[in-house]
Amino acid sequence: MNVKSKISLSIVSVALAAAIGFAAPAQAAGDQKKPPRQSWSFAGAFGHYDRAQIQRGFQVYREVCQACHSLKRVAFRNLHEKGGPEFTEGQVKALAEQYEIPDINDSGEAVKRKGKPSDKFPLIYANDEAAKAAQGSIPPDLSVIAKARSYERGFPLFLLDAVPGFSYQEHGADYIVALLTGYTKADDPNWNEYFPGHKIGMAKPLNNDQVEYTDGSPKTVEQYAKDVAAFLMWAAEPKLEERKKTGFNAMVFLFIFAGLMFFTKKKVWADQPH
Amino acid sequence: MSGTSNFQSNSKVVNWIEHRLPILSFLDSQLHQYPTPRNLNYFWNFGSLAGIVLVIMIVSGITLAMHYAANTEIAFTSVERIMRDVNAGWLIRYIHMNGASMFFIVVYIHIFRGLYFGSYKAPREILWMIGIFILLAMMATAFMGYVLPWGQMSFWGATVITNLFSAIPLVGESITTWLWGGFSVDNPTLNRFFSLHYLLPFMIAGVVVLHVWALHVVGQNNPAGVEVKDVKRDTVPFTPYATIKDGSAMIFFLIFFAWFIFFVPNYLGHADNYIDANPLVTPAHIVPEWYFLPFYAILRAIPSKLGGVIAMFGSIAILAFLPWLDTSKVRSASFRPVYKVLFWAFVLVCIGLGYLGAKPAEGGYVTASRLLTFFYFAFFAILPFLGWFEKTKPVPASIADAVLAKNGGSAAAMAGAAAHSKS
Repeated sequence: MNVKSKISLSIVSVALAAAIGFAAPAQAAGDQKKPPRQSWSFAGAFGHYDRAQIQRGFQVYREVCQACHSLKRVAFRNLHEKGGPEFTEGQVKALAEQYEIPDINDSGEAVKRKGKPSDKFPLIYANDEAAKAAQGSIPPDLSVIAKARSYERGFPLFLLDAVPGFSYQEHGADYIVALLTGYTKADDPNWNEYFPGHKIGMAKPLNNDQVEYTDGSPKTVEQYAKDVAAFLMWAAEPKLEERKKTGFNAMVFLFIFAGLMFFTKKKVWADQPH
Repeated sequence: MSGTSNFQSNSKVVNWIEHRLPILSFLDSQLHQYPTPRNLNYFWNFGSLAGIVLVIMIVSGITLAMHYAANTEIAFTSVERIMRDVNAGWLIRYIHMNGASMFFIVVYIHIFRGLYFGSYKAPREILWMIGIFILLAMMATAFMGYVLPWGQMSFWGATVITNLFSAIPLVGESITTWLWGGFSVDNPTLNRFFSLHYLLPFMIAGVVVLHVWALHVVGQNNPAGVEVKDVKRDTVPFTPYATIKDGSAMIFFLIFFAWFIFFVPNYLGHADNYIDANPLVTPAHIVPEWYFLPFYAILRAIPSKLGGVIAMFGSIAILAFLPWLDTSKVRSASFRPVYKVLFWAFVLVCIGLGYLGAKPAEGGYVTASRLLTFFYFAFFAILPFLGWFEKTKPVPASIADAVLAKNGGSAAAMAGAAAHSKS
């Protein structure tokens, strides 16, 4: 490219930047406070869940969130499976038995029976109408919530999120932590710093010392929020560890393959001017 | 380009088949001896990459269809079942989900390569137009595929896009009802979208055959933009030269693809599509997938609904007329100093429109979208006149000359290599 065309291209770029610049004030006006980045064991190319953390997170879910929020896509057996909290088979069986599962008995009557590991977590409310009548708004199911929530990263950070070494897929988990710790107005339990519009149906759900941890972890809202967010990330993406491990193997294979192909190509073309 | 095969065999079986269906000599002439310009750069690999992605999409898609249920009550659940309970289901779905984006990345680069090097010019007009048809079919397929998981963006995206047809005067409302199979996007819509989403890729595959046929009739364009004059000096046989290069490019591309599948699988998607479709709750921002964003920006830039729809479809349709809009005798932008600048400006405009398509249609974003929409069409308006006044640089006499100029080698070396390649 000669100097003249470089200059022309620069002019075009400046014009384009100006055009996009129009847009900047609009963006600033609707700006939402961005959740702070947390450090997660499951982030990055070699990420894996912290078993103790997602076990604690499950405890928070069970003792607090479960009062209103269902987890209908997760089965009890999943809690035992590899890559998850990995509770023992006995623990999962005992846990499942504490739940009542709607079923039909041999004479065709609707009954409730004890849960089995193969059952999914039962609904809290029979339907959305019942949930709304009881709660005022519908508490969303939490099975995939960690993937169903996100926030705008803005230009140019969103480009960086896909780059190896900087990759960022944990927007949802970060948002959950921000939301659960975002009840910053003591006089208004339904005011949240991170909820779009700030008025949230869910009143401040977590308080210090609310959940009895047995492993000595701090019993603070921050810790509860992080633990339950990690658990919900697992619930949404139970195959994350398998995925990243498979991905590493696939990459090793592909890089070796690519090297072989590249040099074979060079050899084949060596005698041809191109 | 055809008719170069000197296929002969001593095998009785081969000759028996050849006598009845000359498929072996056909394959020999098209995949072995087919002459490819020796100066092709790696941008010429994106056609074969697109073919590979199409195959990957069809294979992963057929597998997904074995587990997916096209019913509004259970579609979302069936996808989650694939992610959780089907063996390697998460892998198949992430391949298919990211494969759609990969398809568009590859095809957009393929198209921009054609734009830069003037690959649409005579005698490649039909080849080019078939390509634009493939792009349209891909868009329809991708749009309907995105509806299938029946998340919030699926539902609302389908509602917004199908509603566009209601802008057509007189019959618009009837057409929209007919598309929906009812009075809103609902179960009949999902059912037919699944049916068509399964059908269209095979039609695309058929049109790809035409695309490749047209290519093999006229031969490939090349970075110098001059036609093959001497098959021996200007070209190399498809096998092994193009096959090994396409093969290498495929593995490089698979590394890129695999990064998205395994490490950032949800990067290119939208979080709202992990929420069950709910006709009663509208998402804050309805945004299509990234590959539609420039066209979405054009749609929203025009104040009238019908005008927006015409501008959006027009922005794609106008590409088909490029062979006649571009009046320059010179193909390659390497020898067209003004067109080169115009081309890169056009690329930036498309990226800018993509950015604006993701933003809410308000305030400065609308002004910027209108400006860039104007620039987008201005590119096509300037092209016919550019051919008259642009002072082009001297074009190489032949592909061999272009290669020699680049390598500074001797003509003898080229002749020797050419003789070697025919052995």
